[in-house]
Amino acid sequence: MAEMIVHPEKIPDTRKLEALCPFGAIQVAEGRVSISAACRMCKLCVKNGPPGAFELVSETRAGVDKSAWRGIAVYIDQTEGEIHPVSLELVGKARELAQKIGHPVYALLAGASLKGQAELLRHYGVDRVYLYEHPQLAHFRIEPYTAVFEDFIKRCRPSVVLVGGTAIGRSLAPRTAARFRTGLTADCTCLDIQRNTDLDQIRPAFGGNIMAHIRTPHHRPQFATVRYKIFSAPERLGAPRGEVLAIAPEEAMLASRIETLATHRKEPVKNIEDADVLVVAGLGMQRRENLEWLKRLAEHLGGMVAGTRPVIEAGWLEPRRQIGLSGRTVKPKLLITCGVSGSIQFVAGMGGSERIMAINIDPNAPIFKVAHTALVGDVCEIIPSLLKKIETGV
Amino acid sequence: MKIIVCIKQVPGTTQVDIDEKTGVLKRDGVESKVNPYDLYALETALRLKELCPGATTVALTMGPPQAEQSLREALMMGIDEVVLVSDRRFGGADVLATSHTLSQAILSLGEAGLILCGQQTTDGDTAQVGPEIAEFLHIPHATNVTAIPEFTGASLTAQVDLPTTEETIRMPLPCLISVNKGIHTPRLPSFRLKKATRARKVTVLTLDDLPDKDPAHYGLNGSPTQVVRIFPPEHHVTRETWEGTGEELADRLCRHLRKEKFLN
Repeated sequence: MAEMIVHPEKIPDTRKLEALCPFGAIQVAEGRVSISAACRMCKLCVKNGPPGAFELVSETRAGVDKSAWRGIAVYIDQTEGEIHPVSLELVGKARELAQKIGHPVYALLAGASLKGQAELLRHYGVDRVYLYEHPQLAHFRIEPYTAVFEDFIKRCRPSVVLVGGTAIGRSLAPRTAARFRTGLTADCTCLDIQRNTDLDQIRPAFGGNIMAHIRTPHHRPQFATVRYKIFSAPERLGAPRGEVLAIAPEEAMLASRIETLATHRKEPVKNIEDADVLVVAGLGMQRRENLEWLKRLAEHLGGMVAGTRPVIEAGWLEPRRQIGLSGRTVKPKLLITCGVSGSIQFVAGMGGSERIMAINIDPNAPIFKVAHTALVGDVCEIIPSLLKKIETGV
Repeated sequence: MKIIVCIKQVPGTTQVDIDEKTGVLKRDGVESKVNPYDLYALETALRLKELCPGATTVALTMGPPQAEQSLREALMMGIDEVVLVSDRRFGGADVLATSHTLSQAILSLGEAGLILCGQQTTDGDTAQVGPEIAEFLHIPHATNVTAIPEFTGASLTAQVDLPTTEETIRMPLPCLISVNKGIHTPRLPSFRLKKATRARKVTVLTLDDLPDKDPAHYGLNGSPTQVVRIFPPEHHVTRETWEGTGEELADRLCRHLRKEKFLN
């Protein structure tokens, strides 16, 4: 078992020792050094502490036979036959990963009457589409969908499973990953693969301005979820390839303890993910009323207004307009931030924008590190003045 | 029957920095608080208890001894019992090991009717622990729950918000739900309850108290995912800075937007 061990004889000075641990797990009491349950085994104390003072003791685990798990699989997220674009983005990424290690690309498509959609996937380079059709799979239900997912994995034994970070994916991926007692890395912003088929997963972590590089070295399959618009949509191939394998789900797989009493269709709304231009409000806008300026500006630019988490939490905009890790990921042609400081959670949701113009009064604001154009000034002066120029044509 | 709320203590701010040379996280003066999304789950538990007299509300957290503070806040909101799952052997747990540990704690508490989670946390944002706990316990779950119009000792009816539809579903107990922000406005901690619960002991569970005592299933050992390294995010290289008065910057911005055809 893994354990962090302290060698007190190698600690010349216990002062400043506690500061080594970002999680406050190193405790010094009456000259005795101990490690509390706050330890995340990040090994920073091993790296930065007195030489030999801290040691991570761990047994080497018997690894899984990685050669028995082949292929990059993608869960195709569909609602009433409409494939979510994130799934095609993931098919594109799966192709890229599969080519590096010479593996096939598999897709899981579950629902009712999806033959046309299965054919479509062949045009995006899926080698084999596993098609599970049944009227009882028409709508997403967690238990049958997990059972189908389990069956799919047992049949094709993929090394990697990619799932879109949609409302459905964020419920289905963890449930299925837990069924296989394997690892799942959420909201990856970058994916690559090693020759030994270990998936390199990068995501923002620890709630700070930090990225973590994560691997699942001893378990298969390796689950990862990715948000919409993190990767680019793939080109449609000239001629279809691969095959469609239709599987009739067994009765037992369709059982569910959850009963759907009613389904209401929501009014279709335009989402910030689909806007070409976004004007983004941060707390630097100072007052809710000042967002009226941004709405006018967005209208002139043919775009939409979005906001940071603090702005949404203040109730200045509705939650579906939130950009960032706990909101939406956007990739517009132009994004103008207004009084946004630029936390990593926010940047994770907009860093892929084609052109980023940031307005902030603080020349050291982190947003300027990702902005193509940094406007150092008071947003509450610049925007009204800009509107005057646009609206009076001066 | 117990209504169990899983909560997490998170850093009070997201402004955490990394020293690029040493790779050390700088968290100076960072306060901790209850994950804001969990407050909605705590409030939901308190409301549901009113519908089901005889139910006991329990707040459960896994973390270092300092996480007791978040449980104290739950008591101040009116939660009946609080449980801290804490053991050095839980250190380094990823989503799978955390979910396993919490599900084991829930089993050891017994009589779980409903398990409530917040939609996600502000420090991890993964929203995965709820569904994984449900899988470990072999019970149904629903995420994105916006309302619970009916709750009996045997089942509950929940409103679920999906991208294009809103569904009303019924689930038998025991089950797990993750509630959306906005389901009920969380009440503020009460000073009266603060005084009344000051002497209340927090139940602490260690690995030895859990049904599964195999240390290989917990902490770093029980975690399939491993952090290879942490590093500061990369930034764009080419960028330009504009300075000047508000008027000057507005003028330059206006000309730029016209030139790039974003404005007519």
